[in-house]
Amino acid sequence: MKINDVILRTVVKGVVFIILTLGMYLFFAGHNAPGGGFIGGLVLASAVVLLYLAYDIETIQKTMPFDFKKVAAVGVLLATGTALGSVLFDVPFLSHTDGYFDLPLLGETHLTTVTIFEAGVALTVVGVVVTIILSINEEGGE
Amino acid sequence: MKETILLLAVALFFVAIALSVYRIVKGPSMPDRAIALDTIAVNLISSIAIVSVLLSTKAFLDAILILGILSFIGTISFSKYIERGVLIERKRND
Repeated sequence: MKINDVILRTVVKGVVFIILTLGMYLFFAGHNAPGGGFIGGLVLASAVVLLYLAYDIETIQKTMPFDFKKVAAVGVLLATGTALGSVLFDVPFLSHTDGYFDLPLLGETHLTTVTIFEAGVALTVVGVVVTIILSINEEGGE
Repeated sequence: MKETILLLAVALFFVAIALSVYRIVKGPSMPDRAIALDTIAVNLISSIAIVSVLLSTKAFLDAILILGILSFIGTISFSKYIERGVLIERKRND
């Protein structure tokens, strides 16, 4: 049966970008406000799940050719990589450092290595959530 | 005075949420339940907005946005499951 879901697809095309923007905002706001890698990752994953709901697995795989299990693995590698990096500087495991830098256009900016760790957390959350949603969607018979 | 009005509004939103919960439990059909869940989400968003006016803070605005997104996705998935029985299709069928 041919199903007409042009309204859903048109709305989702616009809404996905709003959700992705909110996810990135939450990711960077986690510096000194509510937010952070975990929550930003969850919101980004909900955008991906919304795309899967409105379209289908084949189309989205063609548009975003990632294996989401590998995305989760890369995230864990990034997070533990920053944690291991602290050992090289002779400080305890998982130590992080920060500093103020003068960047062009942005002025004096507070940069910290926690952001890289949080990026790893966000990638892990996106990968794990999308993998879980896709696997509980699979029918048992096939 | 203003505070009393806002508190009364929050109380009325909770009454509306209770009525929607009754519709979820009793609801004769599944679309009734989906609409009731969406109504609960809208009422929650409104009551969070009123609470943030009461406390004069904007810390809850992120919560409002995320609740809106989640209720949107939830309503879409509920209606798609009721309509077609499958949430994510394997390949395009049009």
